[in-house]
Amino acid sequence: MPDTADILRLESLQVHFPIQGGLFDHVLGRPAGAVRAVDGIDLNIGRGEIVALVGESGSGKTTVGRVITKLAQPTGGRMLFEGRDMTSVQGSSALRPYRHRVQMIFQDAYQALNPRHTVFDVVAEPLRSLRLVGNASQLTERVSEALASAGLNPPGDFFARFPHELSGGQRQRVVIAGALAVRPGLIVADEPVSMLDVSIRAQILQVLVALRDKHNMALLFITHDLPLAWLIADKIAVLYLGKLVEIGSADDITFNPRHPYTVALRNATPQVGANAGRAELRGLQGEVPSAARVPKGCRFHPRCPLAFDRCKQEEPPAIEVGPQHMSACWLAA
Amino acid sequence: MTSSSQEKPPLLDVKGLSVDYGLKGVPSRAIDSVSFALRAGEAVGLVGESGSGKTTTAMAIAGLLSPNARVSKGEVRYRGEQLPIDDDASMRPHRWSETSVVFQGAMNALNPVHRIIKQIAEPCMLKLGMSRGEATARARELLELVGIPADRGSAYPHELSGGMRQRVMIAMALACRPSIIIGDEPTTALDVITQAQILKLLGELRSRLGLALILITHDLSVVAECCDRVMIMYAGRIVEDGTVAEIFAQPKHPYTRLLIESIPNPASGKKMIRPIPGDPPNLVNRPSGCAFHPRCPSVMAVCATEVPSLDQFGRGRVACHLYRSSQEDKVAVHA
Ligand SMILES: Nc1ncnc2c1ncn2[C@@H]1O[C@H](COP(=O)(O)OP(=O)(O)OP(=O)(O)O)[C@@H](O)[C@H]1O
Ligand SMILES: Nc1ncnc2c1ncn2[C@@H]1O[C@H](COP(=O)(O)OP(=O)(O)OP(=O)(O)O)[C@@H](O)[C@H]1O
Ligand code: SF4
Ligand SMILES: [Mg+2]
Ligand SMILES: [Mg+2]
Repeated sequence: MPDTADILRLESLQVHFPIQGGLFDHVLGRPAGAVRAVDGIDLNIGRGEIVALVGESGSGKTTVGRVITKLAQPTGGRMLFEGRDMTSVQGSSALRPYRHRVQMIFQDAYQALNPRHTVFDVVAEPLRSLRLVGNASQLTERVSEALASAGLNPPGDFFARFPHELSGGQRQRVVIAGALAVRPGLIVADEPVSMLDVSIRAQILQVLVALRDKHNMALLFITHDLPLAWLIADKIAVLYLGKLVEIGSADDITFNPRHPYTVALRNATPQVGANAGRAELRGLQGEVPSAARVPKGCRFHPRCPLAFDRCKQEEPPAIEVGPQHMSACWLAA
Repeated sequence: MTSSSQEKPPLLDVKGLSVDYGLKGVPSRAIDSVSFALRAGEAVGLVGESGSGKTTTAMAIAGLLSPNARVSKGEVRYRGEQLPIDDDASMRPHRWSETSVVFQGAMNALNPVHRIIKQIAEPCMLKLGMSRGEATARARELLELVGIPADRGSAYPHELSGGMRQRVMIAMALACRPSIIIGDEPTTALDVITQAQILKLLGELRSRLGLALILITHDLSVVAECCDRVMIMYAGRIVEDGTVAEIFAQPKHPYTRLLIESIPNPASGKKMIRPIPGDPPNLVNRPSGCAFHPRCPSVMAVCATEVPSLDQFGRGRVACHLYRSSQEDKVAVHA
């Protein structure tokens, strides 16, 4: 029986990209290998649940989001939406109901907007193509409402603008409005507020939380910002080089992190206080991780301050460290 | 500030700069009378609401304004010489080798059909006269400096993550050893650990080579960590300018104060989100007087009618009627 308490389930999800080496490698017939962007992850999102996906740049967060929104095809594992296996469903008509239920707010607002479409058309396009509104006045109403929720006021002033006539944060809010307008059951929001000041950011977060409270919308909130994840999410999942290394409640991950990488992330998070001044610069030692060369054993071991022999040999499984709290670290075994 | 400031002109001197955008043929002011100076080795943060004119300021300084923009007032001087900021062709020799920009929206700024290693090496050949081999070696070194393994250099921009593209942009900005880097949200897509690495790199270049930085960011912790000074923009104007320590400890402008109060902080143990009430001002219909007055908790009658000028106050500058020079002795009290 499919478990429909969860709106989305990812099972051993894997996305590997072939590396296209330089012409040189090609001529020599050198095997170019693969970028293991997502390397076997299990994650459930409940209805109305807000899950934050955090992790280092290049750890695979966007790739997970692109799989969920059917913009990237997994090379392994399964994806179930409301109990239905969506892994190999393809084609625009087969996907139309799904696209109505699942929307993505893209990370790069500059790339996400068609430069030749006005703000109105950008937000109206999914409403038209998914046939969600009956007539023109309904359409205008839905578009206005979405722009206003995203903090673009008065909405009418933005209708006729083109993306290049907007600031970075205004573009980001147009992308947000486009996803909100559809009223989906799940939004994958990829760094949705990275270009917004703290005040507008707070406003957008309130809108997202209100959608969950009122319409039981689920949210996968991708961010590299741990305090922000704590602020908005029920659950936080920490990704490192394509693997989930820790999952737990927002409070557990923030105040009681168990995986050494999460601890490093938390310790590196700066505080802005009255006596801020210039803090010591923080960082992790060790070579830069690369999804094209995933280390053997625990993939964090070359940078882990606590690594011991076993970490270099065997990959740690997900180990339960508390209720609804797991860490993939031999120290938890 | 220091006595040497009288002897030598600042590296960059922005004087009364105003820029208008034509929207449907009607000019509207995006930045108004922006003035500040930047010294070699100095790092200044530029902070403010979305749409307040930060990118416009940066683009004006780099001579990269969009076609519908017009510099309506003011000038920009570099080492005492006026820059031809409204003439793209005359700015070309200056750009990248003297002033370089890390653009907001990295994907837009990268060429989608070229491998990233080539995009970093190219300016080294053009501007520094390096051979292809030398330039490629430098590009590999720059990639490693920003935390991307050099063997990923053969990737195309779409094969990189958002944060990796942003770091490629930083590598490109560093390529020709400029004196000034303007970073427009250069680390927004980066996690704290990668970000710390980049900020450390920029800090080293500042102390070693006297690199000056203008850092546009919404992340006040980045400002706190790596800037000497911070300027706060609101609706196209600088409303406050001061040292980082002073602004965080004792913000003067009511907008700055609310901005700092709305930073979330898990240590405080409460899940509270507090946006600044009211809507951001609109480019087309800017409020009269002080543009912040409709949202300001300390608003007075004069605020709706008179634009407060950016005046010296203490060791910084502030544009707010609470701090007018006539009232300088009765220093405004803040909650
Ligand atoms: N189309 C692609 N082809 C090849 N490699 C890719 C492709 N898309 C992503 N990658 C690689 O997969 C890895 C994960 O990328 P992804 O964009 O998912 O990271 P991310 O966690 O979102 O990072 P960021 O925080 O920087 O946005 C990176 O090494 C990236 O270079
Ligand atoms: N080419 C353009 N034509 C018309 N208006 C524009 C253009 N570029 C920017 N604007 C407007 O000018 C104002 C200032 O924009 P700018 O990009 O400088 O803001 P910003 O402070 O960088 O904001 P953000 O933090 O959102 O990037 C905004 O209201 C924006 O809508
Ligand atoms: S398994 Fe070992 S290397 Fe990996 S995080 Fe735990 S202690 Fe560190
Ligand atoms: Mg990403
Ligand atoms: Mg901007």
